[in-house]
Amino acid sequence: MSNRYIFLYASAMVVIVALVLSGAATLLRPLQERNMRIERMQNILSTIHIPAPRGEAEELFDRYIIETKVINYQGEEVEGDAFEVDLQDENRKDPSERDLPVFIAELDGEKYYIVPVRGGGLWGPIWGYISLESDLATIYGANFDHASETPGLGAEIADREFEEQFRGKRIFDEDTNFRSVRVVKGRAPEDDPHAVDGISGGTITSNGVQRMLRDGLGIYEPYFKKIRTS
Amino acid sequence: MSENNSMPKENLLSPRNRKLLTDPLGKDNPINVQVLGICSVLAITVQLRTSLVMAISVVAVMGFANVIISLLRHTIPPRIRIIVQLTVIASLVILVDQILKAFVYDISRQLSVFVGLIITNCIIMGRLEAFALNNKVWPSFLDGIGNAAGYGWVLLAVGFFRELFGSGTLMGYSVIPQFMYDIGYEDNGLMILPPMALITVGIIIWVQRYKDRRLIDIS
Repeated sequence: MSNRYIFLYASAMVVIVALVLSGAATLLRPLQERNMRIERMQNILSTIHIPAPRGEAEELFDRYIIETKVINYQGEEVEGDAFEVDLQDENRKDPSERDLPVFIAELDGEKYYIVPVRGGGLWGPIWGYISLESDLATIYGANFDHASETPGLGAEIADREFEEQFRGKRIFDEDTNFRSVRVVKGRAPEDDPHAVDGISGGTITSNGVQRMLRDGLGIYEPYFKKIRTS
Repeated sequence: MSENNSMPKENLLSPRNRKLLTDPLGKDNPINVQVLGICSVLAITVQLRTSLVMAISVVAVMGFANVIISLLRHTIPPRIRIIVQLTVIASLVILVDQILKAFVYDISRQLSVFVGLIITNCIIMGRLEAFALNNKVWPSFLDGIGNAAGYGWVLLAVGFFRELFGSGTLMGYSVIPQFMYDIGYEDNGLMILPPMALITVGIIIWVQRYKDRRLIDIS
């Protein structure tokens, strides 16, 4: 077969494959984006322990999330749609320029503040949502997810069991100093309100969670303090 | 195997075609006998569920890839055949990934990186190169499905033992009763680490060769 044929064959193949794949991607994009929106709603709702089946997530989200706002690093409210803020972009910016989303939920008369966090695991990004009780120091619920952590090891951060450990942990100590929550290799001391058990075989991912909480919640500190004093 | 166009039309499930489907399950198994695709066995058999979905995805990709390459077999320039094969596999895998994301989002979330890993599965390219390039569409399809199933059952077997002994669960449900833990039974953390996948595969190979002496390599 001549070189000419080979070149033509390769070119035609590339064009056809490109057409098929971009066609499929374009056709399926709206469906995929809707799925991702719904998943985000499910994740946010799961931090206040509301199980949201796929079909009902949007309705439940509207019912329980009573307010969303975007704030800056000084805790001042700024313009923007909290649901559309992409933390991946925000984390690249200087802290003073970041948009920080807050979701406020009401459940049985109690207010909960839900904030997103994002960081890095072993293989790729990890992210999640943390809900705080109205004292803005006690964690009410946590939800984590990851792009490509190892199943059975680092990926266990997305397991209910790991997430449940955060319930009742405190991110501020009695003197209202920001302490975050540590993810301890092995077992965390049982009476330590600022530590949870890490994942065996997933130490780097566990450390990633710890760093993500410290940075991700830390940047909200001025806002939390502001609300608490008002 | 070479093509023979003068042969009378064969029954779709003639003995020869059936062998294409069944040989890879046993005496020609891609993992146990040909020792291919070992890396993905290490990576994704921590849990039975991921093993299962991976097995199904590989069956789909391998069936289609074999059919497409077999259809194109007279046109593919031999000098770039590997690139053509890779392109076909990669496109199919991306397509599968996109479709899963659009229609069964939850399952696609569980699979995460594994779908992409199918591209690197050397069994698929091995079959394209060794079979689909020289055979008609139907036998190629059977060969693809057979090899993928042969890969799949080993995956499931390894996943079964690793999840059972490593986490005490199957498909995510606890199966080791609580009293076992009460009397001192512990899940074996070593089972969830990759080396135990290799050892489990080794044991499967051992059992298979013990039963079928012809597989023992005496050279």
